[in-house]
Amino acid sequence: MSHNAFYTKNLSVYYGEKQAVRKVSMEFPNREVVALIGPSGCGKSTFLRSLNRMNDLIPAARIEGEVWIGGDNICDPNTDVVRLRQRIGMVWQRANPFHKSIYENVAFGARYHGTRNRKELAALVEQCLRKTALWDEVKDRLHQSALALSGGQQQRLCIARSLAVRPSILLMDEPASALDPVSTAKIEELIAELKKDYSIVIVTHNMQQAARISDKTAFFFLGDLIEYDDTQKMFTNPTRKSTDDYISGRFG
Amino acid sequence: MRAKTIDRIATGVIVAVAVLIMAVLASLIGYLLFRGLPHISWHFLTSFPQAIKAGGGIGPQLFNSIFLLVLTMIITIPLGLGAGIYMSEYAKRGPITNFIRLVVEVLSSFPSIVVGLFGLLVIVNTFNLGYSLLSGALALTVFNLPMMVRLTEQSLRSVPQEQKEAGLALGMSRWKTITSVMLPVALPSIVTGTVLAAGRVFGEAAALLFTAGMSSPRLDFTDWNPLHPTSPLNPMRPAETLAVHIWKINSEGLAPDAGEIAAGASAVLVITILLFNLGARWFGRVLYRKLTASK
Ligand SMILES: Nc1ncnc2c1ncn2[C@@H]1O[C@H](COP(=O)(O)OP(=O)(O)OP(=O)(O)O)[C@@H](O)[C@H]1O
Ligand SMILES: [Mg+2]
Repeated sequence: MSHNAFYTKNLSVYYGEKQAVRKVSMEFPNREVVALIGPSGCGKSTFLRSLNRMNDLIPAARIEGEVWIGGDNICDPNTDVVRLRQRIGMVWQRANPFHKSIYENVAFGARYHGTRNRKELAALVEQCLRKTALWDEVKDRLHQSALALSGGQQQRLCIARSLAVRPSILLMDEPASALDPVSTAKIEELIAELKKDYSIVIVTHNMQQAARISDKTAFFFLGDLIEYDDTQKMFTNPTRKSTDDYISGRFG
Repeated sequence: MRAKTIDRIATGVIVAVAVLIMAVLASLIGYLLFRGLPHISWHFLTSFPQAIKAGGGIGPQLFNSIFLLVLTMIITIPLGLGAGIYMSEYAKRGPITNFIRLVVEVLSSFPSIVVGLFGLLVIVNTFNLGYSLLSGALALTVFNLPMMVRLTEQSLRSVPQEQKEAGLALGMSRWKTITSVMLPVALPSIVTGTVLAAGRVFGEAAALLFTAGMSSPRLDFTDWNPLHPTSPLNPMRPAETLAVHIWKINSEGLAPDAGEIAAGASAVLVITILLFNLGARWFGRVLYRKLTASK
């Protein structure tokens, strides 16, 4: 494995006695989109949240195994989670902009991580909003509340917000599942664009979406990683029967 | 059809109860204002009380009430915010935390006369602070603090979990997330609650009888050095507040116009507390807008 590799090794997550993720080992190639699919409750979100130690917030959650990012095992209790999370952006199913202005939503994290110069900050905000194709829609009301934006705009703002702290990895948990088709298409375009700079892991329930945007797809079932391969192969000629059943919608 | 009838009856009952409560409240406030307002004048609000002559005012008492409130809030707000943040964000869930929470709840429903006697025994006598504004402020803190803690804790808990996750996922420390992401969202309700609690402090008498005392020295309103014994700002002097004053002239007032003075003072008290409440709402809203850039 190269020094910069991003992979998990025998990663298990428990909620109390219950095991939600079972010994998952998978590697995430640099600057590619990996889609996580599987039926509801199979542990996709749990797995995703253990990649930036977000499960720390749940008192009952316990992690075993390793997650390697840039040469560090982040499951090590000595990991500086604050620095770790700066390197990993996260986007949720429900857009959750801060109760602040549009500008502040993007500038806030960057300022906290050291971009103090006003001009630099303004340039960064513009750059992030342009990347998420939001700039033209909001440039005249940067200092109004972010809560007044539409759901799709809020979601793109949340993506812009995570880009502003300059991560190298983006984790997305069903980022478009609460959005209309037009906003969804915008998010998908955005992901294709962001792939040039970031490694992206995305959970989705939408098979067409997974097929469209991802380079590799992982199928989870009941906490196990059943199959992980190139999206092309997963969708045309999967090795495991259950993968085929799930993808083609023949799943109970 | 049946459901509709039941719905109608229930609505009727609820409206009737609401009207009844409103009527009781309105007549109470109306009565107080009707009796008290004619007596309120600039002179009444600013002059010294008279022991046996008519025409005394409530100046020092009004000042004492406000100053005591400020002192109490200076002690309560930082402690209450800190403890509330701790209880909601840092305390591990478990029997000990639950026990602390229970104690806090019990403390906030303590009869104020008991708090007053506790203040007399512990603050005034044991710690030897004497009858003083500081003793009064500490006694008021005893039952104001629990409210403040609970208020902060509940306000923070009602901030959506996603807000907290968003802050942490950006690589912010827990403290930064609490103070810059969660507190601004929780602040309006904290402010409103704080001012409501302040209203309760402002009207409190029982807890102050044996702590802040029932008399004031002859205050010299030209001397603002807090170290001088007759300075209004001296926190170590005894101080009779407005509520205590009302109680005192009602029970043992010798002035011929004691009744009017009590009525006037009561009206002042009620008006001040009403202003507090209105001010609290307004301030909470303004603050929220300012912090969150919303309209
Ligand atoms: N906070 C929690 N406490 C206890 N159990 C949990 C918790 N969160 C999730 N679980 C359990 O862990 C399992 C995996 O949940 P997870 O949310 O990871 O599934 P998912 O694949 O993301 O599902 P969905 O597609 O519905 O989002 C489920 O059985 C769920 O009940
Ligand atoms: Mg999920």
